[in-house]
Amino acid sequence: MTATIYSAARIVTMNPARPHATHVAVREGRILGAGALDELAGWGDYRLDERFAGKVLMPGLVEGHSHVMEGSLWAYVYCGFFDRMDPEGKVWPGLDSIDAVVERLREAAGRLEDPAPPLAGWSLDAIYYGGRRVDRRDLDRVSAERPVGVLNASGHILNVNTKALELAGLLRTGVNHPGIPLGADGLPTGEMKGPDAMAPLGVHTGFDRDLLACDEPGLRRFARLCVRTGVTTAADLANLLPEDAVAMMLRVTGEPDYPARIVSLRRFYGLTPEALIDRALELRGRSRDRLRLGVIKVVADGSIQGFSARLRWPGYYNGAPEGLWYVPPEHLLEIYERALAAGLQVHTHTNGDEATDLALDCMEAALRKHPAPDHRFTLQHCQLADAAQFRRIRALGMCVNLFPNHHYYWGDQHYAVTVGPERAERMNACATALREGVPLAIHSDAPVTPLGPLFTAWCAVNRRTASGRTLGEQERIGVADALRTITLGAAWTLGLDGEVGSIETGKRADFAVLEDDPETVGGERLKDVRVWGTVQGGRIFPAADL
Amino acid sequence: MTTAGPLPVTVVGGYLGAGKTTLVNNLLRQANGRRLAVMVNEFGALPIDASLVEAADERIVSLTGGCVCCSYGEDLVSSLAMLSALEPRPDHVLLEASGVAFPGAVAGTVGLLAGFALDGAVVLADAETVRGRAGDRYLGSTVRRQLAEADLVLLNKCDLAGDAGAVEAWLGEAAPDARVVRAVRAQTPIDIVLGAWTGRAALPADGGPFDHTDGYATATLAPPAGAEPEALARILADPAHGLLRAKGFMRRPDGAMAAVQTVGNRRAISDAPANAPAGLVCIALEARTDFAALRKAVSDC
Repeated sequence: MTATIYSAARIVTMNPARPHATHVAVREGRILGAGALDELAGWGDYRLDERFAGKVLMPGLVEGHSHVMEGSLWAYVYCGFFDRMDPEGKVWPGLDSIDAVVERLREAAGRLEDPAPPLAGWSLDAIYYGGRRVDRRDLDRVSAERPVGVLNASGHILNVNTKALELAGLLRTGVNHPGIPLGADGLPTGEMKGPDAMAPLGVHTGFDRDLLACDEPGLRRFARLCVRTGVTTAADLANLLPEDAVAMMLRVTGEPDYPARIVSLRRFYGLTPEALIDRALELRGRSRDRLRLGVIKVVADGSIQGFSARLRWPGYYNGAPEGLWYVPPEHLLEIYERALAAGLQVHTHTNGDEATDLALDCMEAALRKHPAPDHRFTLQHCQLADAAQFRRIRALGMCVNLFPNHHYYWGDQHYAVTVGPERAERMNACATALREGVPLAIHSDAPVTPLGPLFTAWCAVNRRTASGRTLGEQERIGVADALRTITLGAAWTLGLDGEVGSIETGKRADFAVLEDDPETVGGERLKDVRVWGTVQGGRIFPAADL
Repeated sequence: MTTAGPLPVTVVGGYLGAGKTTLVNNLLRQANGRRLAVMVNEFGALPIDASLVEAADERIVSLTGGCVCCSYGEDLVSSLAMLSALEPRPDHVLLEASGVAFPGAVAGTVGLLAGFALDGAVVLADAETVRGRAGDRYLGSTVRRQLAEADLVLLNKCDLAGDAGAVEAWLGEAAPDARVVRAVRAQTPIDIVLGAWTGRAALPADGGPFDHTDGYATATLAPPAGAEPEALARILADPAHGLLRAKGFMRRPDGAMAAVQTVGNRRAISDAPANAPAGLVCIALEARTDFAALRKAVSDC
């Protein structure tokens, strides 16, 4: 069988024994080797492909924590404050005022013929509009006839118009709920805060559970975003994986031109721990190359910006009450024990440091009962971990996947409101994690922040907030560490580091094809590195052709 | 009265092991014609006794006596809507919250939904372990908040606790807004947990206390003519009288009928059909409530 040898301006391999190369040979979707042309010619028949002669190849980037739902949300109107690229490559300019949000929604409403269906928007970030809250009357300017709902960027607030309140039976006085502010007229303002207040409106504004399940167009859109951001493997971190979704995902990812490998984790919900383990084992047996199944996700607490993360003393900087547990501690321990016994991997969402403590206590107890080498249990977000916790994480053989994008999008709020200056500066302590020897990945949590490992790497290198503050100089990491983290680091947490994450003999032929060299552009410009497309399993996906 | 008006929803909360599932099964056995719809957080191992199950499909399990059970998973709102659309419609929804949920938050959502009426939050506490849990580093604040948000605390497993009286005294501080009833193996009369069923044959307009089962007493009161429902409800919910529940109908000063309901300190007043029979059913721990004093307070209202 003839090999294809690609030449490139430079190949950044992430293989420390051979960090750079000029050529890479590919056969049967896998890498024969990286090196000089004369070295690779020894593999036998080859065809030299010079299409990447002016490009830089990196290992295909690995997003260790995202959600396929990012693809689903693009069916709705993007209303964010920051510029954001959609799956078709169009960059939607950020909206700098409530009027601009209304105008974009109104344009979208104008394109709909049927006046009845709801109009839904997402990623509203009202904190950037000078303290003014979005009111139902703002959204009434979009439409008075159809229900309109806009999900906040944090996912914790839903703004609706008068029609939506009316349909939900909430356009009335006397509503007494902590998540529903009332106007001077005694009627709800249309701001529904927290999942309890949002729930009754979701069904009327298009944010029902179907949105949160993985849908086919969303899965396809998600893959296009992967190509545009250089991602060849992405974790879909919290799917409920009902049978119909599994069948659809197997079918779609199995199509010859589906360009990404999806690792879809089964979230612990609606099942007993025992049944969860059985389901994960069953799913594991159905994995295919481009759909990896059988890993478990447990959500231990809420979010910091939603004040639902479990914080240790002294709690939130603004005095908000301690957050919520999303899992009973006994269930977390039982899942750890059963998963270790069954050889299954568990990823645990812990935002607050108290949730991290709980996970570590459970892990310690579970490991005493079921000692397990190389379990790779991973703490996801783990944003507030301190040095002592990282040492414990290391001692227990766990990994972390930190969330540096938070510094850019909410760092100023963390500094001023949620956790205060000192903890804001050590949040997502990438440098400490590396120094303490903890296997490290970094992530976007798309759709919470945009998919894009090179942007995430920029965040970890610079720790810059939206206002320009450098939040925690000591926790910045170097470009080389950041690039390793978005390839081999993330692959390690998914148990795929033997298959992907570096360009070396035997691994999958997964490349990010770049116009610029991330090793030489400098940390300041890492986010500006242009992505030409990807090679995934030896198949070539130019972003321009999507 | 069984299908008209909003569908009542009782939230059942409490930490793991407090007896929520046992209570739900006990209530199903006592349903006695009342069509209960049970909503549970997780299916996996169906927490309903197999002896009660008649048929099951993907979303809903049919139980003996016209009762049903479903899991609500991520979507409480649409699950409630599905239940209220059943034919015949259930008489009462029992919503079992997860072990770490705050009953007040769940109740808050129910209170927002058109077509449903929040009945109250009943929280179970394991008499043997609740004080230890309330001091636990991870769980303490969750358990304390669950109790603080209860209208009614069911102090369960009293046979296992060395000194149930001491636990009950402690609950006076931990759950100051709740009435407390004791139970063993979550055995409690259904009317305590769900309220008297007005779908049944009418009780005597004024009488009692009678029905002295297990230390509980029921009395019926005639609401005084011309009284304001709000004023009457305040008396029924007054902790000094110690009523567990009160429920019934009365004529407003303007002649329209109103439904009045209290669960512990919680009171709710709503419009009632013109043909609703005036009368109030009150349930109390016999030793705690002076019915003569209550009767006087009501008649002076």
